[in-house]
Amino acid sequence: MEKKQKAKHGVQNLVIGLVFIFLYIPIFVVILFSFNTSEMNIVFEGFTLQWYGSFFKNRTLMESLQNTLIIAAVSTIVSVVIGTLGAVGMSRYEFKGRKLVDMLLYVPIVIPEIVLGVAMLSIFSILNMPMGLLTMTLAHITFCIPFVVISVRASLAGMDKSLEEASMDLGASHVKTFLTVTLPLIMPGVISGATLSLSLSIDDVIISFFVSGPGSTTLPLKILEMVKHGVSPEVNALSTIITLIIIVAISLNTQSQIRKLRRNEEGKTA
Amino acid sequence: MNMRIKRQKKKMGSFWAKYAMISPISLWMYLLVAIPFLYIIAISFMNKGTYGGVTVGFTIHNYLDILNPLYITTFAKSIGISLAVTVICLLIAYPFAYFVAQKKVVQKKVLMAMVMIPFCVSMIIRIFSWTNILRAEGVINHVLMAVGLIKEPLKLVYNQTGAMIGLVYMLLPFMILPLYSSIEKLDPMLLEAASDLGARPLKSFLQITLPLTKAGIFAGSVMVFIPSMGLYFITDLMGGSKTLVIGNLIKNQFITARNWPLGAAMSVILMLITFGMLKGYQAAGGSMDDLSGI
Repeated sequence: MEKKQKAKHGVQNLVIGLVFIFLYIPIFVVILFSFNTSEMNIVFEGFTLQWYGSFFKNRTLMESLQNTLIIAAVSTIVSVVIGTLGAVGMSRYEFKGRKLVDMLLYVPIVIPEIVLGVAMLSIFSILNMPMGLLTMTLAHITFCIPFVVISVRASLAGMDKSLEEASMDLGASHVKTFLTVTLPLIMPGVISGATLSLSLSIDDVIISFFVSGPGSTTLPLKILEMVKHGVSPEVNALSTIITLIIIVAISLNTQSQIRKLRRNEEGKTA
Repeated sequence: MNMRIKRQKKKMGSFWAKYAMISPISLWMYLLVAIPFLYIIAISFMNKGTYGGVTVGFTIHNYLDILNPLYITTFAKSIGISLAVTVICLLIAYPFAYFVAQKKVVQKKVLMAMVMIPFCVSMIIRIFSWTNILRAEGVINHVLMAVGLIKEPLKLVYNQTGAMIGLVYMLLPFMILPLYSSIEKLDPMLLEAASDLGARPLKSFLQITLPLTKAGIFAGSVMVFIPSMGLYFITDLMGGSKTLVIGNLIKNQFITARNWPLGAAMSVILMLITFGMLKGYQAAGGSMDDLSGI
């Protein structure tokens, strides 16, 4: 019986392990090649750190990194403000066209990205807007808002409405109630919406491809362009840095969640 | 008297609060989602301009053009690829999610966080890295030849195999997440009861586990199938010149051929396929909120 149990665990761990190898192999290879002396991403010839230094001297790469960060920061802030207000407003008030707005919110989530990309391209060009930072930011805000609304809604669902009513009854204004009562209560949803927007914006390829212009190239677009002639190892170095930052952030977040879980379990047994 | 003024003030405040909250989002959705989509539908019935763009008029010849055997076969092939990718993702993700759900609470958290990490590394970088791994002189062929399993390098990339590996890789997490959350909700007592009553593992899997995790299977399949038709850059980078998805056709019409009306008509067909799938998904009891991946 015990043997059978062990064999079962072995199979389980094997399946889990194989899937993780599949998910992580390309990332591992990127990290490996970022330390490679050869410029060709084919064989590992020797260890070097030179690409980490030369990335910061590569003007076009740095420029695209700057564009990426500007667009991501602005579209995250705008979509969080509009999305949070919208989610609260739509849960609280009945108004004409609420169903339609609700339906429109799902369009960017479910429709293949390319359709939103060509739709944006067409509308910007009929308005004679030159493709650039502005069109990129407008497009990014559009696909970020729905994700903010959905994560804020999840927080609103668990919120005690009577707290807001109490605040109003005690004479606080709408703005004050929103800022001091509602917002702190839905903060987890706002934060997860912001994180989601940031990562969606930083890594967007398809929609950006259609609405970018000269001078508004983001890092993913720059890399896509480079891939055709061979990616320089500097890109591997940058990806390694970004990957490490993300791994640290996610593991810190997971650790705090685990600590919470442990505390809860201890609370139950005590 | 005082009370009445106060109440009046509150009411005015409420009016402003309401419109301050719902106007920005409504305007944004109307101006940047509804109108662009309506405009794409309109373009699909217009004529192509001489230097790209469109000329006003009404025609259905763009839709007739799609009936060209060349486009029809590409549409059919693309849907075939998406179906295959969805099935492969399901076959990989189901056992994975099922086994992770058997682990202890803390282990589960860590393993699911590990599924999310690759998500955050640039898609393009990961896809490019796969081409390095899979090509003739790449790691996999290197190892297989060194071991002596193969004499000639396998053709793993720049063909349909490569495109499918890339699509499965990119979309697998979207299958894992909804499957995991529906399997995790499964009550282990049900399976215990079934086995106590003499049901074999296969039978209790088919009659209890599978039907109860239906929601996850449907949500995951929709989240893999729909985007896979549009991910043109994966077929561009890993599929060679012959493997195309619908997204490649649309991109080519808008960027290379500059025939916007035809590209718009193809986009409308892609939207119709998407809405058809979603209607089916909702009819099967699926919830739209499960599709956001949050």
